[in-house]
Amino acid sequence: MFDVRPVETDYVQHRAAQFRAQVARRLDGSLTEEEFRPLRLMNGVYLQLHAYMLRVAIPYGTISPDQMRTLAHLAETYDKGYGHWTTRQNIQFNWPKLVDIPDMLDALAAVGMHAIQTSGNTIRNVTTDAFAGAAFDEVADPRPYAELLRSWSTDHAEFQFLPRKFKIAISSGAKDRAVIAAHDIGLRLIERGGKTGFEVWIGGGLGRTPLLGQVVRDFLPEEDLLPYVEAIIATYNLSGRRDNKYKARIKITVLERGLDTMRAEIEEEFKARRRDFHGADREALAIFKDRFRAPSFRNAPVDGFEAERAANAAFRSWTDTNLHPHRVDGYASVVVTFKAPGQTPGDASAEQMRLLADLAERYGHHDLRVMHDQNVALPHVHKSDLPALYAALKEAGLATANAGLTSDIIACPGMDYCALATARSIPIAEEIADHFRAAGLEEEIGNLNIRISGCINACGHHHLGHIGILGLDRAGVENYQITLGGDAYDIPAIGERAGAGFPAEEVVPAIDRLLRAYLEVREDASERFIDAYRRLGQAPFKAALYPAQADA
Amino acid sequence: MSKAFTPKPGRPGVITANDLREGFNVWMCEEGWTPDPRQATLYEDEAIAELALLKAVGQSDKVVGPYLVEAKAGPNGPEPVHFREAFRQKGPSNYFHGIQADCAQKPESANV
Repeated sequence: MFDVRPVETDYVQHRAAQFRAQVARRLDGSLTEEEFRPLRLMNGVYLQLHAYMLRVAIPYGTISPDQMRTLAHLAETYDKGYGHWTTRQNIQFNWPKLVDIPDMLDALAAVGMHAIQTSGNTIRNVTTDAFAGAAFDEVADPRPYAELLRSWSTDHAEFQFLPRKFKIAISSGAKDRAVIAAHDIGLRLIERGGKTGFEVWIGGGLGRTPLLGQVVRDFLPEEDLLPYVEAIIATYNLSGRRDNKYKARIKITVLERGLDTMRAEIEEEFKARRRDFHGADREALAIFKDRFRAPSFRNAPVDGFEAERAANAAFRSWTDTNLHPHRVDGYASVVVTFKAPGQTPGDASAEQMRLLADLAERYGHHDLRVMHDQNVALPHVHKSDLPALYAALKEAGLATANAGLTSDIIACPGMDYCALATARSIPIAEEIADHFRAAGLEEEIGNLNIRISGCINACGHHHLGHIGILGLDRAGVENYQITLGGDAYDIPAIGERAGAGFPAEEVVPAIDRLLRAYLEVREDASERFIDAYRRLGQAPFKAALYPAQADA
Repeated sequence: MSKAFTPKPGRPGVITANDLREGFNVWMCEEGWTPDPRQATLYEDEAIAELALLKAVGQSDKVVGPYLVEAKAGPNGPEPVHFREAFRQKGPSNYFHGIQADCAQKPESANV
């Protein structure tokens, strides 16, 4: 049954102590690796290509300056000075020693953080819009609901051994920025007849069988959120396949059993479960709504902002790309991209984390968000503070004006770190970014989502890239397959494979041909690559990728 | 994880794993385990290699996940065949971290 735990520091400290004892038992031989492996995975500890990896949960990407400083401390003390933002709005450390991880978990617990359920066949970190509570087009702040789900799903006894991992996302804007169609459960916050509720999607997911979710309930009143989500997962827990890991996600259950069958079972289960919720969930939601109340926004002139825009072309360019419209006049949400020239997408140094913490305190109402595209947002910045914020970011190499542009690439760690990878992602991302910057085409190309995964598991969400790149091992050589036409946001779509893969050294020339062809065929600068692709279909782009075949 | 590999004459292999306490990559050598892949024992005989792998599995107090993987003889010791193993022996390509940095610091890598 649902239990409200407003202060959970005791709980995470207890879990950290538990893990410390488990590590000790592994080291003294009381536990075999076989016995220890599921225990370490429950605490986000993987064994990767060169070392252990610790994945720390950042619930719905929301992180306070003090928590950010703790991450900086971990990066500096137990890693090699940096961490890596993930597409689930979490952070990964690539080089921890097993013997140090208990100390890392203690440091995290001290600021209410942990690595629980960042791995394993459980309900993973609930993700949401990075501009939650700030976006101009928002129905309501999704974070109280995300917190309700997080609180309920943490250590939920019934859902610790699901057929497979389970991912939930909540979107709250008129535009979906949480990619709900690619989640096991996607929740779209909507209003109907003066009531707040959710459009509920199930069965989306990427990986080796990419599928978009479907709407299982077109309006779920907000007070029924937990019983309904519990009904979905309980239904899946029984009917999801456990005989084949590759067919165990709910997307396959929905595909094989049909949406209508699933819906009927879920509704039946919902009726029973709903009776067991006696209002604790609604009380908790009220508490969380209060916890996530808006900061005291300032009412101040923005003349300085406009003057700086007029005087400073670099600042103007950054404000054109890296700001997102805020619901409060005079405010903006700022995207700090971790995609500077020569930078590994999503890697943040300890110094950069500390700077963000300081800037969030000084200019951002103490609020920071890790974004699913491996950037970090300051959701609430008054426009009069933007020139000073920009100057501070610029000095630290964090003011690259490229949010949503060609070089703002999502890339998984790939074979540079990951034990599952079949090819590298990071060097391909760096080469593409460098090439288009050098060619001076980035601004002209405009909005473009390139996404790279180093294996079929698709952590880099390549299927959702306008241009997706999938790294494979073809007879002992890295080879890259290109997909076109994917979209995570406006009209969710899975990219279509363009044709045969390319060796590593031919990827940049291929993307160059593709984007030059796009510049030729687009109607005008307002027609983005994805729009032109939708209008014209794959043919002209395929011809650019494979000129020899087109000539033949 | 690589597919199961069995060495045979003309197609040798090494046994590799990760250090239990710290996680870094190690290779089985005559004295035990080494972080220097060039010091690894190269097996050409299937039976001897399988026996060595059993021994490695039995050392779970020192290492995690031992497996046999193809390698070839080089002038300074065994060399990787597949690019995955080449990355494991070197480190990531985006930073000078991992074995490439550790071996540069201490060329006489100690056995663990």
